[in-house]
Amino acid sequence: MPPRSTAPATAPRRPGLRFRTRSRTRPRAGTPRGGSALHAGAWWLWALGLATAASRTTNPLLLGLLIAVAGYVVAVRRTDAPWARSYTAFLKLGLVVLAIRLFFAVFLGSPIPGTRVLFTLPEVPLPHWAQGVRIGGRVSAEGLVFALYDGLRLATLLICVGAANALASPARLLKSLPGALYEAGVAVVVAMTFAPHLVADVTRLRSARRLRGRPDRGVKALLQVGLPVLEGALERSVALAAAMDARGYGRTAQVPPAVARTTTALTLGGLLGVCCGTYGLLAAEGAGYGLPLLLAGLAAALGGLWLGGRRSVRSRYRPDRWGVRAWLVAGSGAAVAALMIAAASYAPQALQPSVVPLTAPTLPLWPAAGVLLGLLPAFAAPAPGREPAPANEAPAAPARERIRRRDPRPDTPPGSHPADAPDHHPTAQTPPAGKRADARAEAGPEEGSTQ
Amino acid sequence: MIRFEQVSVHYDGAARPALAAVDLTVPEGELCLLVGPSGVGKSTLLGAVSGLVPHFTGGILRGRVTVAGRDTRTHKPRELADVVGTVGQDPLAHFVTDTVEDELAYGMESLGIAPDTMRRRVEETLDLLGLAELRDRPIATLSGGQRQRVAIGSVLTTHPRVLVLDEPTSALDPAAAEEVLAVLQRLVHDLGTTVLMAEHRLERVVQYADQMILLPSPGAAPLTGTPAELLPVSPVQPPVVALGGLAGWPPPVPLSVRDARRKAGPLRERLAPLAPRPVADPPPGGPVGEVARLSVRHGRVEALRGVDLTVRPGETVALMGRNGAGKSTLLACLVGLYEPASGSVRVGPDRVVPHRTRPAQLLRQVGLVPQEPRDLLYADTVAAECAAADQDAGAAPGTCRELVGRLLPEVADTAHPRDLSEGQRLALALSVILTARPPLLLLDEPTRGLDYAAKARLVEVVRGLAADGHATVLATHDVELAAELAHRVVILAEGEVVADGPTAEVVVSSPAFAPQVAKVLAPLPWLTVPQIREALEGAP
Repeated sequence: MPPRSTAPATAPRRPGLRFRTRSRTRPRAGTPRGGSALHAGAWWLWALGLATAASRTTNPLLLGLLIAVAGYVVAVRRTDAPWARSYTAFLKLGLVVLAIRLFFAVFLGSPIPGTRVLFTLPEVPLPHWAQGVRIGGRVSAEGLVFALYDGLRLATLLICVGAANALASPARLLKSLPGALYEAGVAVVVAMTFAPHLVADVTRLRSARRLRGRPDRGVKALLQVGLPVLEGALERSVALAAAMDARGYGRTAQVPPAVARTTTALTLGGLLGVCCGTYGLLAAEGAGYGLPLLLAGLAAALGGLWLGGRRSVRSRYRPDRWGVRAWLVAGSGAAVAALMIAAASYAPQALQPSVVPLTAPTLPLWPAAGVLLGLLPAFAAPAPGREPAPANEAPAAPARERIRRRDPRPDTPPGSHPADAPDHHPTAQTPPAGKRADARAEAGPEEGSTQ
Repeated sequence: MIRFEQVSVHYDGAARPALAAVDLTVPEGELCLLVGPSGVGKSTLLGAVSGLVPHFTGGILRGRVTVAGRDTRTHKPRELADVVGTVGQDPLAHFVTDTVEDELAYGMESLGIAPDTMRRRVEETLDLLGLAELRDRPIATLSGGQRQRVAIGSVLTTHPRVLVLDEPTSALDPAAAEEVLAVLQRLVHDLGTTVLMAEHRLERVVQYADQMILLPSPGAAPLTGTPAELLPVSPVQPPVVALGGLAGWPPPVPLSVRDARRKAGPLRERLAPLAPRPVADPPPGGPVGEVARLSVRHGRVEALRGVDLTVRPGETVALMGRNGAGKSTLLACLVGLYEPASGSVRVGPDRVVPHRTRPAQLLRQVGLVPQEPRDLLYADTVAAECAAADQDAGAAPGTCRELVGRLLPEVADTAHPRDLSEGQRLALALSVILTARPPLLLLDEPTRGLDYAAKARLVEVVRGLAADGHATVLATHDVELAAELAHRVVILAEGEVVADGPTAEVVVSSPAFAPQVAKVLAPLPWLTVPQIREALEGAP
């Protein structure tokens, strides 16, 4: 039987003449520079806003609402990129934190004076000097509920950070760092990718254990692949360092000695100013000089960073732009935080439901409405494209079609369509040819929620 | 452009220098091919060009290496980054950022190229390498061929005057390899880029090379010359050259199928009345591997769709198809690493279902040597590895060591598996798997990074196994290997079987998968040089 359709041609072909196949004509995804290329900082501000709000309340209903808001936005706005999957890990981490908090409350007692004793554990008698420490003993409903609220708050904080992680690649945040910090930033990001690589290695080596006829599950299997995994990770790090060096990482420009000295002076002086200013602000007697000193220090440090950037020859490729959508996303986070802080002084009872005496928490209407503002990114942020076939070899689209699109990036009027990013180049999202009728770029915000 | 003057490199703790007294010059705008057996110092020589040797690797470099007039002694790799672009053997180790487009821009950012220029070059490179569809994809989701193209693209954007490539096509399917080579040739011809590359698969690259540097053995002085001059004396030869030697064609030796075809008229006439020795039919017996209507999903992606495959004892089956066609997935299913979405998989004489069988039991039914044989090796020494393999397989102590001795006579018991060469590691992993004597053996890309000698040894081993009644399934891009070994070729595309039949029929009818000899002698049904040698010797 002659093979069909596998072998386009054997002669050296010009790229671009490859045949298109059926599944290939759909738009690609990942983190489309247009698609979800909201400024990474906007996502982080939004998430930090939610986290700030979470830190101001122990009302489980509000915390649950915050988790739901973060979860919904992640569900509809995350991409298929590997880092986007970290959200689940953060969810699990949150549950673990909650469990640990409850465990401590049960076994080490709780500072909350409770009257409703649920059960009594045998108490370990402790010597005199360990006074105040208790192991075992009475477990009261109040103590448990207090621990639950407290743990839930911690878990919510973690989940908010996880949401930022899933929505914005940490590497993208690098693009916004000042030049002088870039190199250090790369090192940090490379170190952060170490963990996912390690997990992938563990998976691969565990399946290799199966090939050797050893059980691939269980703690023992995990331990035995430990050494090869670490060896592999080390080798990869060395290879990566070599590649980075060969590609010009760490090239510096010559700067006059005077500039170098000024940079050092500004940075050190600025940091000193920041320290003293902060101390002044926090200490009771320094309120007068604290703020100006802090501001002057900050200005000097920023000046140092800016000057230090001159030593770096780097240029930026398509830095993220801070557009209207970024303002909306960051603003919604800030609004949630601000409203919650305001509510904390306005209605502290509703935000910190009392545990002694034990009462059922109620949902305060206005703070809840404020939290719902955090849903704004689900509509304001650009929708991610979806990946049809990550593992397949996608051939090139005909070159002619692509060249047409090489115009400089125009400033599209923002907000014309929810899925239409204001700050990206058309190539990134617009399908290269008219034939792509199914282009997901046109899909509305509900598109992602099917995942 | 590249000049080596009396260069020798000595690594710490090595008994002999990795390179000794190398003198060579690569002029501007040449595509220069570096060949030689494994372990001869090719990677060291390439590293010396980019300055990674000795600045990064350590060791002592004597003599002088200059690239575009810059002495690597005084210039660190990062200061050579604007003239030398380097792509190593493993593209994955090369990537700094996490998406394709950022990766292409990374090198330019380091060099401080203006944003407008960067933008233009990224677009041009995306077009040049056919990566436009992938521009926003996370690199982790790309296939091997795509990664290789991104790695090449990421060094091309800085417009280096010298491009150094270590085995750029070894992980690629024939079509993708042609594409990468076409790009390289275009760079050489249109931009005057100097390309220095090491490659084991000579049959793919030799026709594009202007100059060849041959490192015949460790420590020996390199020979330089045109491929036509050097190949007749080279220990490694692509099939067309070997065919020319066999047929006694006058010099210059043919380098491409076209040259050979022009000279092959008389040979075709001589061979016309002869027929290749018929491939011995595998002995009858129940199938040792049976796949019926198998579908596998990875997340939302359908990796395999309704695949049927039967493997009989003593049969060697080559799985071919482009990168990402589902070859590795099929092999992984046969050892139960993936659970089928639908359909059935049965392996071994006991017809067990792989993903429901305990590993210890499965080991005696089917064995897989993965793409990275290193994954299989855990121990510190070869001896310890062998002892562990005997224990895993429940074989008599010494079984594995004996197999290793047969495949790798020169390897010491105390050697660390990570210090072995690519080919030696493969042989060790193969021995480990064969210790349990699985009736069905699966090899995933076994010739990646192997030189011709190691490949020849692998061919012998697999033939021996087939004669003993072992069935072998090998997933490979190496058409020459498939032609030499396989009774049957199965071609996969997009997770479906598109061709399944005797090797001679399948590969000859498909130009991408035809070996060079078949192309030269078409329409005659010859596939390999040894076949012809045997026929000619047998004929009067």
